[in-house]
Amino acid sequence: MIAFDGVTKRFGAWTAVDEVSFTVQAGEFRVLIGPSGSGKSTLLKMVNRLIAPDVGTVRVEGEDIARLKPEALRRRMGYVIQDVGLFPHWTVERNIATVPDLLGWPKARVRDRVTELLTLLSLDAERYRGAYPHQLSGGQRQRVGVARALAAEPRILLMDEPFSALDPITRGALQAEMAAIHKAMGTTVVFVTHDMDEALALASRIAVLDRGRLVQTGTPLDILTRPAGATVRDLVGREDWGLKRLAVETVAERLRAGEAAPLGESLGDSLGEPVPAGASLRRALAEMVARGADRLPVVDGQGRPAGVIHLADLLRTPDRA
Amino acid sequence: MSGVRRLLADRMVLGLLALAALLFGMPALKPLFAAAFPALDRPLYEADGFLALTLDHLALVGASTLAAVLLGGAAGIAVTRPFGAEFRGILAAVAAMGQTFPPVAVLAVLVPVLGFGPAPALIALTLYGLLPIVENTVAGLDSVPEPVREAARGLGMGPGGMLWRVELPLAAPVILAGVRTAAIVNLGTAAIASTVGAKTLGLPIIVGLNGSNPAYVIQGAVIVAALAVVLDAGFDRLAALFSRWRPGAA
Repeated sequence: MIAFDGVTKRFGAWTAVDEVSFTVQAGEFRVLIGPSGSGKSTLLKMVNRLIAPDVGTVRVEGEDIARLKPEALRRRMGYVIQDVGLFPHWTVERNIATVPDLLGWPKARVRDRVTELLTLLSLDAERYRGAYPHQLSGGQRQRVGVARALAAEPRILLMDEPFSALDPITRGALQAEMAAIHKAMGTTVVFVTHDMDEALALASRIAVLDRGRLVQTGTPLDILTRPAGATVRDLVGREDWGLKRLAVETVAERLRAGEAAPLGESLGDSLGEPVPAGASLRRALAEMVARGADRLPVVDGQGRPAGVIHLADLLRTPDRA
Repeated sequence: MSGVRRLLADRMVLGLLALAALLFGMPALKPLFAAAFPALDRPLYEADGFLALTLDHLALVGASTLAAVLLGGAAGIAVTRPFGAEFRGILAAVAAMGQTFPPVAVLAVLVPVLGFGPAPALIALTLYGLLPIVENTVAGLDSVPEPVREAARGLGMGPGGMLWRVELPLAAPVILAGVRTAAIVNLGTAAIASTVGAKTLGLPIIVGLNGSNPAYVIQGAVIVAALAVVLDAGFDRLAALFSRWRPGAA
């Protein structure tokens, strides 16, 4: 879908991106992560030609983008930035309609699409479509920013630290919505962040960058269990590695299927609520600690009992390299 | 907020009423001026109608301000584009010179070339109005936040579309403030155009000064003052229109 081939970019004496090659497959949620100055944002901006590489090529759906008209290329992709960049003199509706208007969609179709997107991003369409950006909270603004990026149904969505400026609760909510949107639409997402927890929660594959070089690519589990060198080890955390490790696996993968949930007489009332099978092991651990229990009942997606997960299941196989 | 608005509306209405009263009722004030200046044979300026003088005055102010907006706006836009960035310092210097050069001096230079009449006055006033318009166009375009520019580019707006749809509307309140300064300053300065034969409200003032007739001076000056009030109030309304999207706008 997106292929970087030997891409290098220098700003004066500074090499921002240094001979980077990798491919983002269609439908992937690809997170680019690295410390400040690692070149991750520069790399992202090469996909929509906000920055042109000095050396190397970037291909999108097989085409060398250096041969395409930048405006036409950008209208095919959604773009979300940390500072949102809503147009302050336009209403929410007109902001979201930016790319459809540029593409000349009929008015009725644009209006329906705005309603659909506001609903998708958990904003009351009738209440917010006529609001100006200054009337919104930070989280609502970025919701509109995401809606604007998705407006023309792009197959590629580029996101440059979109949630970094938000408070933790809003960030968590938007991450969950982003994951759901990706799942529902199958859009290829390229997402820049410096937050490994965010990367692990969202990515289907991660590319780790350091001082302009690509140091590792792989699934979240690969990155955690086989970190390539000190930079990656620093990013995945030395102290809370165990918690991150638990965050990338779900309860479903380790539960004791078929074991009947204990009915709580010896464990008291605190066993209580079951956890969903799709929850992370990290959440299961948090629940155990909070309830003082060493096992939890598990239910599947439809709410039917699926088994039990024990503390011992979480401790199995410390697969750290 | 609505209280403030009503007040602005009142200023506009009051100014217009005063202006109409002065334009059409000046002959009725003749006894008043006669009583105030008993030594004068002719206490009321009657060589030209005040309405005609006012229309000529406004035409001169309007044409010179429009010319300054077109020239200054275009120059301000050009130096904030990549291709014109290096001329930015020169433009600021030229615009500042336009303002430091007294319009009277410009008239003195131009009359031998262009002759008497409104043409030299138009050029002098245009130069005089250039500085606030250039400065505010540049400042307004500079004030467009970088994330907004980046988003506009990233969503696929071309340079022209971005200027027209995003940068100019966002800069409009600041540019308008510059136009307002230029227009108000030119409204007062246009009076001197009558020294080179243009018909303006400066005519009774200059005739009055030459002929030691303070009544003429007052008659010309109060109409200019009433015009200034109306113009200023008009710009207030225009500014509110261009700033609807801003925090605090109703």
